[in-house]
Amino acid sequence: MNQRTTLTHLDWLEAEAIHIMREVAGQCSNPVLLFSGGKDSLCLLRLAEKAFRPGKFPFPLMHIDTGHNYIEVVNFRDQRAAELGERLIVRSVEDSMKRGTVVLKHEGESRNKHQSVTLLEAIEEFGFDACIGGARRDEEKARAKERIFSFRDEFGQWDPKNQRPELWSLYNARSHKGENIRAFPISNWTEMDVWQYIEREGLELPSIYFAHTRPIVMRQGAIVPVNVPLVSGEVANPSRPGEEIIDLQVRFRTVGDISCTAPVESDADNVSKIVLETATTTITERGATRLDDQTSDASMEQRKKEGYF
Amino acid sequence: MTTPQIEDHGLLRFLTCGSVDDGKSTLIGRLLFDTKTILADTLSAITRTSEKRGMGAVDLSLLTDGLQAEREQGITIDVAYRYFSTGTRKYIIADAPGHEQYTRNMVTAASTANLAIILIDARKGVLTQTRRHSKLAALVGIPHLIVAINKMDLADYSQETYERIKGEYLEFAAKVGIEDVRFIPLSALNGDMIVDRGDNLNWYEGPTLLEMLEVAPAAHTEHTEKFRFPVQYVCRPQDSANPDLHDYRGFMGRIEAGTIKVGDAVTVLPNGLTSTVKAIQIGGVDIPEAITEQSITILLADEIDTSRGDMIVKSSEVPAAVKQIEATVCWMAEAPMDRNRTYLIRHTTRDSKAKLAAIDHRLDVNTLEKVPAEKLAMNDIAQVTFKLAQPLFADPYLENRGTGAFIIIDESSNNTVGAGMIL
Ligand SMILES: Nc1nc2c(ncn2[C@@H]2O[C@H](COP(=O)(O)OP(=O)(O)OP(=O)(O)O)[C@@H](O)[C@H]2O)c(=O)[nH]1
Ligand SMILES: [Mg+2]
Repeated sequence: MNQRTTLTHLDWLEAEAIHIMREVAGQCSNPVLLFSGGKDSLCLLRLAEKAFRPGKFPFPLMHIDTGHNYIEVVNFRDQRAAELGERLIVRSVEDSMKRGTVVLKHEGESRNKHQSVTLLEAIEEFGFDACIGGARRDEEKARAKERIFSFRDEFGQWDPKNQRPELWSLYNARSHKGENIRAFPISNWTEMDVWQYIEREGLELPSIYFAHTRPIVMRQGAIVPVNVPLVSGEVANPSRPGEEIIDLQVRFRTVGDISCTAPVESDADNVSKIVLETATTTITERGATRLDDQTSDASMEQRKKEGYF
Repeated sequence: MTTPQIEDHGLLRFLTCGSVDDGKSTLIGRLLFDTKTILADTLSAITRTSEKRGMGAVDLSLLTDGLQAEREQGITIDVAYRYFSTGTRKYIIADAPGHEQYTRNMVTAASTANLAIILIDARKGVLTQTRRHSKLAALVGIPHLIVAINKMDLADYSQETYERIKGEYLEFAAKVGIEDVRFIPLSALNGDMIVDRGDNLNWYEGPTLLEMLEVAPAAHTEHTEKFRFPVQYVCRPQDSANPDLHDYRGFMGRIEAGTIKVGDAVTVLPNGLTSTVKAIQIGGVDIPEAITEQSITILLADEIDTSRGDMIVKSSEVPAAVKQIEATVCWMAEAPMDRNRTYLIRHTTRDSKAKLAAIDHRLDVNTLEKVPAEKLAMNDIAQVTFKLAQPLFADPYLENRGTGAFIIIDESSNNTVGAGMIL
């Protein structure tokens, strides 16, 4: 035989992810794909195309919007869903705040962790039995421990010490009413794999992933974007009196809630430059960019136990 | 598919296993550290944690022991997956727990691995858990074993100790029929013979651990296999406005074994109807042929009623339908297996109700003897016979992991309670 008998690593990862998505579609009666407009979930959409085209996706897309997302990302999210002709559901943390189910400790508190509440409310509203998400095991040490099909109880809780055994590629997505499965097709991908896949597939991304100039201040050694315009017309992260505002060339490695995602200094203005930068970086994706994971050694595990994605 | 700029040796999945505290997590930490996979902030985080716990040096096992409970106790409870890449190959590592109580998590880690590194503490030699994990690795069909004799720094880097343990292991391996095994002396703590050779083991002339990994075959099997394609999902766009899609019926799945090309004669099971492959697609785009582990869509020349749980095979290689299976089972639930209950067996994309017909014997993993058994408790390994409500299209596990493996589900709790390998 002169043909290739093994797949390249990207082809293998792609095939695994497609298989996982099809298992969700085959086993669950009412799944949803969580789509934020970020790079990982954009990979999920491409994988869903590869898994289900020429058919429609057997699930809608859903975004839990904190109201503190970059306009570029929100617009891109809507544009991409429209291009694909797939249904996009948006549920917002601000609505949960109005209902009184989310109560912020103070005005400026990050809404990121409160997404869990809104997500659980949406799961109940639509009766979703599975959520497909773009989390990766290389992002964080608690995630490194999580199954690809991760069971959540009625309260959305993850029990890390009592996970379902997961063998071969025989996934168990069974759940009782009210319980929920979180499925992570790109569990085995690293940040580098994601960028290589984006490059290979020629995927488009929100502009803030590429080097651009924006006003920032330095707070405790972190780059904090300030005076960020929101879809609502308001401004997020107002600068504080006395702070020195600098125009810095930056890009984002992740695009979560504005209050807790920081950019990195960079002049990488296209995907191949980003691949190169990723190969030589000295700081992890979350370490560089998440202001919320550093509070304690176990903050992600804690949040996941409470229902976080 | 794009052609990779650098030579791409694909992806290798391996696990580390062995007895408690023989240094599995530390070894992985070392591999990640020495291949420069650990980035500065992670390193400073584990340095801080190590200092907080009053340890002199950085404890590299903290890199994989990510759960609070694990860090508190300094042990591994569940599998952690870590990744690194050498530029030519990507690695997925599963760090398995050594404690007997978490044997099922070791089996979980082993089920997807192509290579196992079995660690032995040079001071302790071959232990019960070493034998148990070796036996399990062999049962799960991991084709390549590396026995790493670790903590050589605590054994004066003695060649004699290394040779003695190697001899001990080979004697055991011969008894249980483990063939492909290689040996290496290491110090995970100091990094000797992992990525760099170090200065302490000059008598050892073989390759470093990383060199062994770089050349280990990545293919999930090295022998040719019969084509097996369990149908996961059927695509019927039913778009009457679009003549191309009006009659489109795509059978979606992942090739568990073998290869397929357009024009091949195939049989659909269980109905046994035959047809030929009209097209193979990924995401609606035609490709001429496909190989094992690819996720594809198959279109047939004839209209055949097919749904999830069916299997497409080549007409020349049809597997037998079985309603009774003999298998090696690892029981994974706290509650023992109940002879009177019906369980659900999931094999490929097919489910069947199953009843235990007999426990042929249990494997005493300490003595490796077959002993009679009345029940199966957590972590037990046994040979059993199941009676099935639905026929399965199975191959012996040793011929094909994908179509020889199944899981056992408790329908009342929905939990996965066991794993099986068909004999
Ligand atoms: N001196 C020496 N100590 C080592 C070496 N490798 C590991 N250790 C130490 O042995 C202890 C146990 O190491 P771990 O890596 O946690 O062991 P493990 O095999 O992962 O343990 P479990 O996962 O709980 O079974 C730690 O204190 C390590 O620092 C080595 O090569 N030399
Ligand atoms: Mg360990």
